[in-house]
Amino acid sequence: MAAVQETVDRVRQIDVDQYRYGFETIIESEKAPKGLSEDTIRFISAKKNEPEWMLEWRLEAYRRWLTMQEPTWARVDYPKIDYQDLYYYAAPKPKKEISSLDEIDPEILKTYEKLGIPLREVEALEGVVRPEGERKVAVDAVFDSVSVATTFQEELKKAGVIFMPISHAIQQHPELVKQYLGSVVPTSDNFFATLNSAVFSDGSFVYVPPGVRCPMELSTYFRINERNTGQFERTLIIADKGSYVSYLEGCTAPQRDENQLHAAVVELVALDDAEIKYSTVQNWYPGNSEGKGGIYNFVTKRGDCRGAHSKISWTQVETGSAITWKYPSCILRGDNSRGEFYSIAISNGYQQVDSGTKMLHLGKNTTSRIISKGIAAGKSQNTYRGLVTAHRKAANARNFTACDSLLIGDKCGAHTVPYIEAKNTSALFEHEATTSKISEDVLFYCVQRGLSQEEAVGLVVNGFVRDVLQQLPMEFAVEAQKLISISLEGSVG
Amino acid sequence: MPLLEVKDLQVRVEEREILHGLSLTVNKGEVHAIMGPNGSGKSTLSHVIAGKPGYEVTGGQILFNGEDLLEMEPDERAAKGVFLAFQYPVEIPGVATMTFLRTALNAQRKARGESEYSTPNFLKKVRDVAASLNIPQDMLRRGINVGFSGGEKKRNEVLQMALFEPSLCILDEMDSGLDIDALRVAADGVNALRSPDRAMVVITHYQRLLNYIVPDFVHVMSKGRVVKSGNKDLALELEASGYAQFEEA
Ligand SMILES: Nc1ncnc2c1ncn2[C@@H]1O[C@H](COP(=O)(O)OP(=O)(O)OP(=O)(O)O)[C@@H](O)[C@H]1O
Ligand SMILES: [Mg+2]
Repeated sequence: MAAVQETVDRVRQIDVDQYRYGFETIIESEKAPKGLSEDTIRFISAKKNEPEWMLEWRLEAYRRWLTMQEPTWARVDYPKIDYQDLYYYAAPKPKKEISSLDEIDPEILKTYEKLGIPLREVEALEGVVRPEGERKVAVDAVFDSVSVATTFQEELKKAGVIFMPISHAIQQHPELVKQYLGSVVPTSDNFFATLNSAVFSDGSFVYVPPGVRCPMELSTYFRINERNTGQFERTLIIADKGSYVSYLEGCTAPQRDENQLHAAVVELVALDDAEIKYSTVQNWYPGNSEGKGGIYNFVTKRGDCRGAHSKISWTQVETGSAITWKYPSCILRGDNSRGEFYSIAISNGYQQVDSGTKMLHLGKNTTSRIISKGIAAGKSQNTYRGLVTAHRKAANARNFTACDSLLIGDKCGAHTVPYIEAKNTSALFEHEATTSKISEDVLFYCVQRGLSQEEAVGLVVNGFVRDVLQQLPMEFAVEAQKLISISLEGSVG
Repeated sequence: MPLLEVKDLQVRVEEREILHGLSLTVNKGEVHAIMGPNGSGKSTLSHVIAGKPGYEVTGGQILFNGEDLLEMEPDERAAKGVFLAFQYPVEIPGVATMTFLRTALNAQRKARGESEYSTPNFLKKVRDVAASLNIPQDMLRRGINVGFSGGEKKRNEVLQMALFEPSLCILDEMDSGLDIDALRVAADGVNALRSPDRAMVVITHYQRLLNYIVPDFVHVMSKGRVVKSGNKDLALELEASGYAQFEEA
């Protein structure tokens, strides 16, 4: 796998201070005025040339948001956010329409290159034709708030798959957007989701028609690049009957002092016999060694197994952000539907992670599986919070949960908060949890054989998370493995 | 110049002195056996040579090829040729033995400024060594020592020793938990590594091991010191009379 080696080498070369991905791209931007008001929302909507119904949808969410309180139940602690002191929209200066990646601002391309963003994009750029049988990856690059390019459109079009920025989908496929947007995460869902509904800037839209197996992995790289700009991504993926799609999302952000708010919403809809696999590698700026700066990542991700025999699988590798508040969930509505959640959450320094999942069993014979690996180092706090419920009608619902936590050092904390609720007596829920420390003896064994302390920690941690890493698409898994080692640097000794 | 020179070594663990002025000189090509009652400090000595944290050296010196070993990080010592086969090898779930072997070997080679092994060369080398030690291939795919029997763990240590080609091998109770056949296989593996460029320090409680790995010198440790040294006959003597005669010393 020469390609994979290349990725590894590239990632290895990235060397920027403590946070390896801390640099900024200088691009002129066009900002909305600071602060949040109906005018801000009108500005965003107008910028995007949105139809009236979309503006109304946003405004309704905004009015709702004004009546809501910021949640405080998560085990995270941060200074009060002044929502009037943020910018809610920033776009690279509009350029002419682009049809392929090589028309993108070279500054932006350089950023991706520094990130070591893999070969597949570079290949996409250079139009390299891959050998028959190898899966291709299409990239919808979201740079700050605006999608700047989309590749592989032709091939996707042949298959009938729609993959475009959601702002375009609103124009081009209003009937689909109207039908599904907010149908999984209603505008009133929670404080951050409602805020997102009001001000969302851009994100991806995917529709896979009945019976179609999406011919490539769909991939989006998000990047936050404007000072003080909240990022409000909105993603909507619909897998129609009997279809299949795998979607990859990866993020990095430049180093900065002010905290940045990020409140994304992702909605997945799987109809009868459809399957969606959603993988995330999240590596936003976690803050410096004193705990200053870093991204606040308040995300609402939810999948609706709306049809019978449908399946939704979330896989996440969370290494970045100062604060993570994130619970990718599945509503198992269709009979015999299945939800999966595989998670690696790493916290180091002063990071705070409160993450987990919800599996809501509504239909008969629904099954779910949760494998969570939390790794806490430095002075960080790492909480798994999970909810598994069976509705009265969810006969034979099954869940298996395994939560393992690994502690590195003795100034960090790992916590497991499972909620289980079965209203149907035939439901069977299993829960296992372990907490362990990386032992001195294990580390010494490794260094005695020639590994450095850091290599030893990386190796042990990668072993610990192995069964989750295996859920990721191959190339992503290699990047993720590297990232795990990078994010634990300086955690021992 | 001796390969290893331990001079008047004093070591404390949690405020308690365990080694009280221990001296030992090992030259290339030699095999030294260290025997002694439980708690006399044999494992402590091996840990301090290898650089395990948690030990405080309060006096004395350890020279390795004339260099001050105590100044080096443990991984540096490994790259310079110090190998410790552990009394209790650890288990590391999820890390395939093969991956571990390659990562470790390449880390050592890199530290010495040598090029990394190519995959085919590496695989061939591991397979050959594994075959000579009766280690089945599927063991190499499993997590390091995970679910290995006691004997398999010890053979895995010898496998690594053969692979890394260290100049000093310290074997801490390699024979504990091995049945007669496994002991012979492991001992043959060790004997195959005897060479004029390499020295071995074999820690054991039983004379039996020394029938297979015949030592040039035998040292008796008691209460943190070497109290008697001799040739292989000393081991037989000990077998007959026990350690009681040294306890008062
Ligand atoms: N980490 C530690 N903390 C406290 N005491 C220790 C520690 N390590 C070793 N010791 C003590 O040091 C002494 C020597 O221990 P060591 O393991 O070196 O003995 P040994 O000769 O290898 O014994 P055995 O034959 O049982 O393996 C013992 O009394 C032991 O309890
Ligand atoms: Mg011992």
